[in-house]
Amino acid sequence: MRIPLVRSIAAFLAALALVFASALAPPARAAIEVNVNRGDVQPLPIAIPAFGGGQVGADIVQVIGANLQRSGLFRPLDPATFVETGLNAAVQPSFPAWKQINAQALVNGQARIVDGRLVVDFRLWDVFSEQQLLGLQFTASPENWRRVAHKISDQVYERLTGEKGYFDTRVVFVAETGGRAQRTKRLAIMDQDGANPSYLTDGSTAVMTPRFSSNSQEITYMTLKADGSQIYLFNLETGRRESLGAFQGMVFAPRFSPDGTKVAFSVERAGNSDVYVMDLRSRRTSRLTADPAIDTSPSFSPDGSQVVFNSDRSGSPQLYVMGADGSNPHRISYAQGRYTTPVWSPTGEFIAFTKQTGGEFHIGVMRADGSDERVLTSSYMDEGPTWAPNGRVLMFSREPASGASKLWTVDVTGRSLQPVPYPGAASDPAWSPLLQ
Amino acid sequence: MTAPFNSRAALRLALAAAAAATLAACASKPKPAPAAPPPPPPPPAETAPPPAPVGETVLPGSERDFVVNVGDRVYFDFDKYDIRTDAQPLLEAQAAWLKRYPAVAVRIEGNCDERGTREYNLALGARRANAVRDFLVARGVAGDRISTVSYGKEKPIDAGTGEEADAHNRNAHTAITGGAR
Repeated sequence: MRIPLVRSIAAFLAALALVFASALAPPARAAIEVNVNRGDVQPLPIAIPAFGGGQVGADIVQVIGANLQRSGLFRPLDPATFVETGLNAAVQPSFPAWKQINAQALVNGQARIVDGRLVVDFRLWDVFSEQQLLGLQFTASPENWRRVAHKISDQVYERLTGEKGYFDTRVVFVAETGGRAQRTKRLAIMDQDGANPSYLTDGSTAVMTPRFSSNSQEITYMTLKADGSQIYLFNLETGRRESLGAFQGMVFAPRFSPDGTKVAFSVERAGNSDVYVMDLRSRRTSRLTADPAIDTSPSFSPDGSQVVFNSDRSGSPQLYVMGADGSNPHRISYAQGRYTTPVWSPTGEFIAFTKQTGGEFHIGVMRADGSDERVLTSSYMDEGPTWAPNGRVLMFSREPASGASKLWTVDVTGRSLQPVPYPGAASDPAWSPLLQ
Repeated sequence: MTAPFNSRAALRLALAAAAAATLAACASKPKPAPAAPPPPPPPPAETAPPPAPVGETVLPGSERDFVVNVGDRVYFDFDKYDIRTDAQPLLEAQAAWLKRYPAVAVRIEGNCDERGTREYNLALGARRANAVRDFLVARGVAGDRISTVSYGKEKPIDAGTGEEADAHNRNAHTAITGGAR
């Protein structure tokens, strides 16, 4: 069987590698004000016919298709065009029927209930080489069918892109109600696709800027009241919530270290904000910056050795990197604009940030040395990026000049900008690591 | 007590008489012409005396005295926290008032417009609150009477967007927390 190379998944992978690489490639300083090169890779056409097993089989497929589509790397094909119907995981697909509609990959499967448990078999096929790429079974309680769909999505994504997936994850965020001047803010959590939202606080106290630990289901966030602010740690599995303690002055902008043993944050004294770090075991706090400028929004590198933060010590807010002990702070952002909220990617590849230029706000990425800057989004107000655990997608808040704040995702090439399907007003997203 | 009963009875009688008179008038009148002009408006009540005035004075040393006669908010330029010259007379007056009423404690609340990120604005609001605090302390108000907090961009007083709303929202508010009369 001759494989038409131009259509093979191998070709897609090669193109994908180019896109991911080209996100880094061009000399940045010259191209800084230019929006990201949107790349030319065509999303991979993938067929995901309804799994056997009735409604749950159809529902699972719907979630998988939406996940893959939102990644920007896949184009799920319209089931109305499918020639072969009634596929299930036990049957070898009729490849000519899928080649005919130009499907390059095919996922088929079967859901069933066995002894009260949901059992889902699925297979991933390379249509043109007629090879099975994956064959797996997941078992879960029936109400967890969405997680099964997310796990299958992760398997397909990983097998076809060579990168870890990010679909079996959750997002903690701030759910907002009320207008700009009377806003109520509740801590909330949902699946990364906006499903299963629930609230973690009652809205009686304003909550802001939650951040996930990168290795556990624990978050840190701040509350703001007339008598000051507090930083909390909150374990989502045990429900245990504790304050970092009382400080003289305001405390804000908390972030975990990658190993979860420390929290970096800002402390304000007599109007001046500096970056501190607390060892969570000894509860000892040490100071990382001592500058009359605003020093805030710290974020650890994934190996824990460095911290990126924003400071206006040069006269306007810019990004700086220092050692995790505060040594050798040096500026990395030099293009025109005001840079804030740097967030190191989980892979260490990039630092995402919020940038303000010419009356607009942007989400962008740059290398840790400040090179290869890419502006990914532009609007009246884009703010607060958070990385998917594979470092390929960012979620952020977007608030139009009139209207509610909403959550959006953009991939690191800037090609795929999409609203998160959560219906309410929301801000300050924090993406979890992959669920266990 | 009989007086209310009697007066109510009298009123009822009067109403009954008026109703009878109306009915009688209707019965005795011919059909009204279809194009009858509207009745003339009632004459202006030239003789109604104005209600007696109620004296109202803001109590010196009260929170309202401070808000109305001194002013509780000063404004800042974009991304700035130095006290503007046009804000200095108001803060001078705040200092004088606070020295006149030494039992009063205040909280300076720093606020920012929405054209900045959340965490940076918390830091900027803290600078603004502290700039006002420093001004008052330099004019002789005891520092232990003044606390500060930053609300960043979380509590705009103007829910609009645009430069005018932004200018309103870049402020420091002096809130009385205790000791006012």
